[in-house]
Amino acid sequence: MKVLIVAEHDNSSLKACTLNTVAAGLKLHDQVDVLVAGSDCQQVVDQAAVIQGVDKVIVADNPANAHQLPEAIAPLVAHIGKDYSHILAPASTTGKNLMPRVAALLDVGQVSDIIDIKSSDTFVRPIYAGNAIATVLSEEAIKVITVRMTAFDEAAEGGNAEVVSSDFVVNQELSTFVGEDLSVSERPELTAATVVISGGRGMQNGENFVLLEKIADKLGAAIGASRAAVDAGFVPNDMQVGQTGKIVAPELYIAVGISGAIQHLAGMKESRVIVAINKDPDAPIFQVADYGLVADLFQALPELESKL
Amino acid sequence: MKILVPIKRVVDAYVKVRVKSDNSGIELTNTKMSINPFCEIAVEEAIRLKEQGKADEVIVVSIGTSASREQIRTALALGADRGILVETELEARPLSVAKILKVLVEKEGIDLVILGKQSIDSDNNQVGQMLAALTGFPQGTFACKVEVDNGSIVVTREIDGGEQTVSLKLPAVVTTDLRLNEPRYASLPNIMKAKKKPIDIVSPEEIGVVVESKIKTLRVEAPPQRTAGIIVASVDELIAKLKSEARVI
Ligand SMILES: Cc1cc2nc3c(=O)[nH]c(=O)nc-3n(C[C@H](O)[C@H](O)[C@H](O)COP(=O)(O)OP(=O)(O)OC[C@H]3O[C@@H](n4cnc5c(N)ncnc54)[C@H](O)[C@@H]3O)c2cc1C
Repeated sequence: MKVLIVAEHDNSSLKACTLNTVAAGLKLHDQVDVLVAGSDCQQVVDQAAVIQGVDKVIVADNPANAHQLPEAIAPLVAHIGKDYSHILAPASTTGKNLMPRVAALLDVGQVSDIIDIKSSDTFVRPIYAGNAIATVLSEEAIKVITVRMTAFDEAAEGGNAEVVSSDFVVNQELSTFVGEDLSVSERPELTAATVVISGGRGMQNGENFVLLEKIADKLGAAIGASRAAVDAGFVPNDMQVGQTGKIVAPELYIAVGISGAIQHLAGMKESRVIVAINKDPDAPIFQVADYGLVADLFQALPELESKL
Repeated sequence: MKILVPIKRVVDAYVKVRVKSDNSGIELTNTKMSINPFCEIAVEEAIRLKEQGKADEVIVVSIGTSASREQIRTALALGADRGILVETELEARPLSVAKILKVLVEKEGIDLVILGKQSIDSDNNQVGQMLAALTGFPQGTFACKVEVDNGSIVVTREIDGGEQTVSLKLPAVVTTDLRLNEPRYASLPNIMKAKKKPIDIVSPEEIGVVVESKIKTLRVEAPPQRTAGIIVASVDELIAKLKSEARVI
């Protein structure tokens, strides 16, 4: 058995989800290799090399990999990965974009978004927005897998991996990077925060999210949103929690003015403690909340903020 | 330009699904079925490109049982020109679906494939990317904006940190995110007209693809249920509980 982890990074820092993915890999085997594909990405290589359990870091540092477009990276991962029994990447938008392309190049099926590993060929994953949990067997020679980061702890530091480089490169003109519009926030990352406070349609507009921000400041929380709040333009799409947004599992999740549609629950019901603030006592969110407060959020939020 | 839109028949997004008592899958008898919401967005986008004069023909294809004809009709009523049903009783997994689509893409001379980023039943999020790999096309996944011009397509993608824009040479594969558009409702006259639009029925064998998979579902279970907790009477009680009982603040 040989396990390859595809690192997620922005050429300067390794993303935490890589650590969760390494941890998943270490459930399969006591050592894993990590592939860092990028451009000018030595810092990432250094960070990957000290993860405990990493045997080898394979570096493909080339300007052609600068934006990590799947048209360039998938053939690289397939080329390196063909010698492995398992290839794992985080089930982030980057991993979801890349890995099925890798799988098809290797002519194997993929197992998406696993939350548990039963054995080297048997995995557990949510289906139907988490309303059912499937145990699946993969008899593929190479198992291509994406990993739900909230389901695995982060691998620790303290390793000292060997670094090798690969000069395999795909210079392609099928796709070109045009630009990026990334949100900058001082707050913790939504998927990594220990406290998340989310607003829904009940917030009425984007300005009112200030009410959540004030509480988030006090709790060191990240701010999320329902799809209705994103669709209405209150907040940007990268704040969406749910089946098609981000999956979060913080210690504390506070849902404010969110009704609790199954697609929203899919993204937060693994949180340890759930609080719901909603003026409708029949809102389905109360069925999953540990603590429910039936109240008008415009009164409850300022009061909560002042008393924290 | 010819657009292919693959669509899937799935349990309606607002149905609360139940796991079968023998744990073999999801109870589908007497369950409301619909076109997968992401696929509907793909159909809408293709029709808009046709209305803008950028596409000549929109073909929808579904791989599934004969019941999927209903979803093909829905797409035709929305404005697609013709349908193809690749009829099979077997559950086609993403790699088989992508292999079937590849044959159709080549046979029909498709310039652009628009499909949903994931189906809300299996939540795999794979077919578009796999099809792109097999055809050698570039891919623009999780699209919230597309612009076609002169042999290329500019796709704005929803990514974890925000948005990314890429330019792809046609032919290409695009997968849709929820905010790409809001699908229209089919008008009655269009529903009537759709009944006359052709649907070709072919089998995977005729296409030359064996529907098979080395990935098998062993068991399906209901998730651990969260039970409702308590309703607190005031903000003070909430804070007290979070501090002393839950110990999260
Ligand atoms: C394919 C598909 C995928 C989807 N993916 C997602 C997803 O990833 N994430 C997601 O969130 N949704 C998703 N949805 C949408 C989902 O079905 C719901 O429509 C959405 O979650 C509703 O958002 P909401 O709870 O904010 O709005 P609503 O359902 O409108 O609820 C608003 C709530 O606010 C309360 N409220 C209003 N005013 C106040 C006030 N003053 N004080 C207190 N409470 C108040 C109301 O009582 C109500 O309960 C998806 C849907 C589909 C079909």
